[in-house]
Amino acid sequence: MESTILKNTYEINAGEFQTAGDVSANIKRKLKQIGIGGTVLRRIAVASYEAELNLIIHSHGGKLTLEMTPSSIILTSADVGPGIPDLSKAMQEGYSTASEEARDLGFGAGMGLPNMKRNADGFSIESEVGKGTTIQMRFDVKDA
Amino acid sequence: MKVSELMELIGATNLNPEANLDTEITCGYSCDLLSWVLAHGKAGMAWCTVQTHVNVIAVSVLMEMACVILVEGVEPEPASLKKAIDEEMPILATNKTAYEVCVLMGQAGVLPPAE
Repeated sequence: MESTILKNTYEINAGEFQTAGDVSANIKRKLKQIGIGGTVLRRIAVASYEAELNLIIHSHGGKLTLEMTPSSIILTSADVGPGIPDLSKAMQEGYSTASEEARDLGFGAGMGLPNMKRNADGFSIESEVGKGTTIQMRFDVKDA
Repeated sequence: MKVSELMELIGATNLNPEANLDTEITCGYSCDLLSWVLAHGKAGMAWCTVQTHVNVIAVSVLMEMACVILVEGVEPEPASLKKAIDEEMPILATNKTAYEVCVLMGQAGVLPPAE
């Protein structure tokens, strides 16, 4: 195991659309300060925003954790439910179970999970109905 | 083309006094589905939308866009304007449709986003 050189956890509450993006902006600022930039920073920003939005739109609340090792940045989204009944459907572009409220704001295009996967160098998702969902994304960094 | 030149081209008003209008525009785009914009947005983009809530600003800042163009006379929510001012993101307001703005941008040589 590589040593962790940075670890931050952010609480995200369900339904808080007004502050959506604040955690991702914070993560982006922090990574920029330690010298991460360019395409990888943008990919991390998009993936963390999608994860943050998913927690706000779909979960009962959860946490987004940012970890950095010498070779990679790991983003973990862990929520306390409700869990995803059909993961393969949820991973399909265009499939969404977002609420009317989320759709009115222009979310719920069914792009969230595929967008996270596309932007990350490594992606895993585990979910159990009634328990929750955990998503881990890895981003490789060079010379960071 | 700079944001200030785009304003003149499409006859828009800048609603954010703190914005940097010297940013160079790299491409033009129109979409109201924010998740879609997150998948296709680019740095330096000039983005047309009728969405007015605060998440529009969050998306444009994360994607490092040049400006947001609110079309057809829609007005930003107060929280959106505040966030745009905090983040120095230009918000251009126009009565033109997204289609008209895109036509004008295209004629002036602004390209669609490259994949």
